[in-house]
Amino acid sequence: MLRYLLSRLMTFLPTFFGVTLISFSFIRLLPGDPIVVMAGERGVSPERYQELVRQFGFDQPIWKQYLDYLGGVIQGDLGQSFVTKKPVWDEFFALFPATLELSICAMVFAVLLGLPAGVIAAVNRGKLFDRALMSSALVGYSMPIFWWALLLIIVFSGWLGWTPVSGRISLMYYFENPTGFMLWDALMSGQKGALGSAIQHLILPTIVLGTIPLAVIARQTRSAMLEVLSEDYIRTARAKGLSPLRINGLHALRNALIPVITVIGLMVGTLLAGAILTETIFSWPGIGKWMVDSIFRRDYPVVQGGLLLIAVMVMIVNLTVDVLYGLINPKIRKR
Amino acid sequence: MNIRHTLATGAVLAALLGGAAQAKTLVYCSEGSPEGFDPALYTSGTTFDASSHPIYNRLVEFVTGTTQVEPGLAESWEVSEDGLEYTFHLRKGVKFHSNDVFTPSRDLNADDVIFSFERQWKQDNPYYTVSGGTWEYFNGMSMPDLLKEIVKVDDYTVKFVLNRPEAPMIANLAMDFASIVSKEYADAMLAAGTPEMINQKPIGTGPFQFVAYQKDAVIRYKANPDYWKGKAAIDDLVFAITPDASVRYQKLKAGECHVMPYPNPADVAAMKADPDITVLEQEGLNVGYLAYNTQQAPFDNPKVRKALNMAIDKQAIIDVVFQGSGQIAKNPIPPTMWSYNDEIQDDPYDPEAAKKMLGEAGVTDLSMKVWAMPVQRPYNPNARRMAELIQEDMAKIGVDVEIVSYEWGEYLERSKAVDRDGAVLLGWTGDNGDPDNFLAVLLGCDGVGGSNRAQWCNDEFEALIQKAKVVSDIEERTRLYKEAQVVFKREAPWATIAHSVVFMPVRNEVQGYKVHPLGGHIFYGVDLAE
Repeated sequence: MLRYLLSRLMTFLPTFFGVTLISFSFIRLLPGDPIVVMAGERGVSPERYQELVRQFGFDQPIWKQYLDYLGGVIQGDLGQSFVTKKPVWDEFFALFPATLELSICAMVFAVLLGLPAGVIAAVNRGKLFDRALMSSALVGYSMPIFWWALLLIIVFSGWLGWTPVSGRISLMYYFENPTGFMLWDALMSGQKGALGSAIQHLILPTIVLGTIPLAVIARQTRSAMLEVLSEDYIRTARAKGLSPLRINGLHALRNALIPVITVIGLMVGTLLAGAILTETIFSWPGIGKWMVDSIFRRDYPVVQGGLLLIAVMVMIVNLTVDVLYGLINPKIRKR
Repeated sequence: MNIRHTLATGAVLAALLGGAAQAKTLVYCSEGSPEGFDPALYTSGTTFDASSHPIYNRLVEFVTGTTQVEPGLAESWEVSEDGLEYTFHLRKGVKFHSNDVFTPSRDLNADDVIFSFERQWKQDNPYYTVSGGTWEYFNGMSMPDLLKEIVKVDDYTVKFVLNRPEAPMIANLAMDFASIVSKEYADAMLAAGTPEMINQKPIGTGPFQFVAYQKDAVIRYKANPDYWKGKAAIDDLVFAITPDASVRYQKLKAGECHVMPYPNPADVAAMKADPDITVLEQEGLNVGYLAYNTQQAPFDNPKVRKALNMAIDKQAIIDVVFQGSGQIAKNPIPPTMWSYNDEIQDDPYDPEAAKKMLGEAGVTDLSMKVWAMPVQRPYNPNARRMAELIQEDMAKIGVDVEIVSYEWGEYLERSKAVDRDGAVLLGWTGDNGDPDNFLAVLLGCDGVGGSNRAQWCNDEFEALIQKAKVVSDIEERTRLYKEAQVVFKREAPWATIAHSVVFMPVRNEVQGYKVHPLGGHIFYGVDLAE
């Protein structure tokens, strides 16, 4: 197991450096000079322009800029935002808990509904439930997030008034946010009703962000289950007279889980992409919105630092998934 | 924790909540996050809304809802005969806010005023480089060229000495970058090794005190009880940051906020029909225009430019591109600005006459480029569509138009070139409400090859605006600018297209809100009905 873990870790390093290079060059490949964009219609005088070029270090050769950046990264310094003048690191950690909290809720929502739905559909293959589920999964998968979010807001917040429109908690509650996880901080604040308000605010964004993963997980579970259900050992189990619950729940689902876990791991990237739109609509102060704003402003340090941190996050999740495989299936471990 | 303790905490909490229920809290659904809270460091209106308007004051202030200037932290001022010396007499007894790391030991004085400017100006000031300061507006308004020195006459008198007479100086000092910060606070934070605090936990003299900012989510303020103009009518001010316009509208409807800026034009009709919402409106302090390159044939001929202007159906542009949230522009300055010349007649939309005029000018088979901006701006919400409409209009008089566009940074740079091929769609939003800020910047001879996209340098026009720059009498300046607008209309370096109309939906319980022509959102003077 240790050797397996080490070999996985070895692939981590080259990927990490690759990502620093890509994130560094990506934002510079986009047309648009950050100084000119910052100045807008007002413009900037040539002397002032030169001064700013020096201040931002753009007068250095590009390879040197990269090495400086890389040197900083290795020492844990991601630079300072051009716009807010604050360290990228601080901004990321102020915002990331909000994204993480929302993503975890969306994932839990997707798994809790997607897994059983997929299993039931597989067991009832071709019947009404299966057909209905598969068509709704297709709709869910193709749903434009923006439209879906607005629709939910208009119906549930506008017409019915069941949920708040946007934000993380009612403005009535005010307390320090030591961890940045609103559910936890609301609970710890001891203010009456704070936790309830935080939960209410989570409902719609969770549904919106969880919709695509839900559809994917339900479909993946269904097809993995169908494959497993046609295996010989399932027939044997049936022949032995085991209860359907035991067959489907224990023998079949356990083996069907491997591809499903792969998909869940891969969904992390999708979740972060979906978080960008979801966060913008629900005024959710997370990293998705932060990244988009920074790309428009050509805020180089934030874009390259943010991309790097997100990539590292995805890499860690993938590593975890790899390790989980090893735990579930010893054959993979030995390969 | 024993039971008694729990009960006590509960009682305190209940008292707090009970108190909070009576306090008047106004919630503003703002459109974005501030970049920081030191207005001199930044240039965006979103940042100014969150910093300079609630937290700070300036020596002189714009009267909310107008472009006129009134006394602020300076009770009065005198301008010397030669227009080179401005002497300000400071108000006494003005208190700065306090916070958890700072309590002021003295009132506002001349040191604060001098520090507020010198930190942006003098490279040896320890705050010059704090927070990576680039002081864009201070530089953008040419303050380093303009200022010779700032002298402390006594504790409550400050004299600004200029290198040349500049009448818009007073308006400049009412701008956001000229907000007065506390030198005492700055010194204390420098000594503590945390100079960036003045940007993160701002201390000012303004109507609201900064309480807390949760990035991208909420900004909280409370009314400054010692405010020199009197405490604000509301007790707490909250900015709920809500980037999406449709969501802001839903929040306004649900009562989750009281005021929202920048509605979708498509939603305005529904808002007006909503019995809980009042939609305030005013022309924005901006202009969208099409600038010909007046140094290239045949556009060097005013007659050709005039003919092209007459071919453009501006009403169609207002209807289609602005969806009603715009007004036809006939002058290069907006109607909310003093000295706007309303007697000027706009060129009529008349394709037949336009065609004839082109013929008289000896122009046949004209083909030209029209540049369309790649970004949305209040003065031009959809430049591509606008260019297409102009293309159709021009086709009607036999002029062939090719539409070109570049990435925004490129667009701004390339359109400055004197030998540029084509007419450029662009616009301007005023900074200080002074006509000089439009006419000299956009149409003055100094701007050729830069912000003067028409590359237009007209002696008669230039003489008028240069004179208006050095006269401090506002009546005389008004007369000069009105005349300059006549010259502009006759020479037609631009097709003036539109001024945006700003809509501000507010809930009915909001009282006394005024749309500010300079674009800021200001909550001092606003009350909530019970």
